[in-house]
Amino acid sequence: MPNPGRPYLQGIRDVLPMLLGVLPFGLITGVTAVGVGVKPIDATVMSVLMYAGASQLSVLALLQDGAAVAVMVLTATLINLRHIMYSASLAPWLKPLRATTRAAMSAVMVDQVYAFSLLRYRRQPDLTPNQRRNYYLGVATPLIIGWPGSTAVGAFLGAQVPPSWQLDYAIPLVFLALLAPAVTDRPSLLAAVIGGTLAWALQGLPYNLGLVVAATAGIAAGALAETQVSKKAQA
Amino acid sequence: MTLQRPELLALFVLLGVITFALRASFVLLQDRVTLPASIRRALTYVPSAVIAAIVTPALLEPSGVTLANVDVRYLIAPVAILVAWRSKNVVITIVFGMTALWILTALAGG
Repeated sequence: MPNPGRPYLQGIRDVLPMLLGVLPFGLITGVTAVGVGVKPIDATVMSVLMYAGASQLSVLALLQDGAAVAVMVLTATLINLRHIMYSASLAPWLKPLRATTRAAMSAVMVDQVYAFSLLRYRRQPDLTPNQRRNYYLGVATPLIIGWPGSTAVGAFLGAQVPPSWQLDYAIPLVFLALLAPAVTDRPSLLAAVIGGTLAWALQGLPYNLGLVVAATAGIAAGALAETQVSKKAQA
Repeated sequence: MTLQRPELLALFVLLGVITFALRASFVLLQDRVTLPASIRRALTYVPSAVIAAIVTPALLEPSGVTLANVDVRYLIAPVAILVAWRSKNVVITIVFGMTALWILTALAGG
């Protein structure tokens, strides 16, 4: 990649197939938002400000339940904690860039941008910092347009859908499809089973606090199980 | 929804700021700070635990429409889990789940 314009186009090309998953997810997020009483324009603003599908959907589900604001903030933060990992693994590669550039890049750091960029940086360690930036922004561009755009379309369309379509059921369906690739081994399966079972059992707790307790217990169970597994492997 | 519109927009701003802070954390402050192994390990299990905690009560929320005395959503849930697990695909899971819901609701005369 000698030409600095090339990494940008390469990034766009790499991420385009992902839009098949991103755009329907955005549509559903928009439809769901108006379903719980959020105005279409506010749903679009939400996608611009948060720019994080799973956590947006979790907030919408909690809005529907009338959960406490603190629980919404905690839940959205928990779901977004993975970005700290992304940030930590991208940091060394982006270090030479200006702070304002790095801040702008951070704002659009989503799963796909992280995954494609890190893969490209490792495969081509000779890329200059500017080429790394350009590739990153190339991957980000279609998503920056596609995510709020599909949310807006979904929200304006969703306003026309009658309640008899029961579109609220799409929320657990989306989360099921997001859960499947997250469960990769026994510890993560245990984390999911503990988290899910406790959340169901603790539904009676006020302000949806059961969700936070269950998620924390699930995370602890997964981490503990991993420690056990690695101890066994060493023994 | 119990929030007024200004509160809702303030919530979105707050969540936007938090999300940005998480994303910018190491990229912006970085410098020789490495994530401790124990935190890294715990973070690995955040998606599975949190998503499962959100999905289970929502999936098992009764719709009130029953077939043979079983809520239709209880009939769909296990198959939807199977479809999601095998396909790992949002669109396929939604198309299956919603179609099943509409067909069973119609059959139940709902």
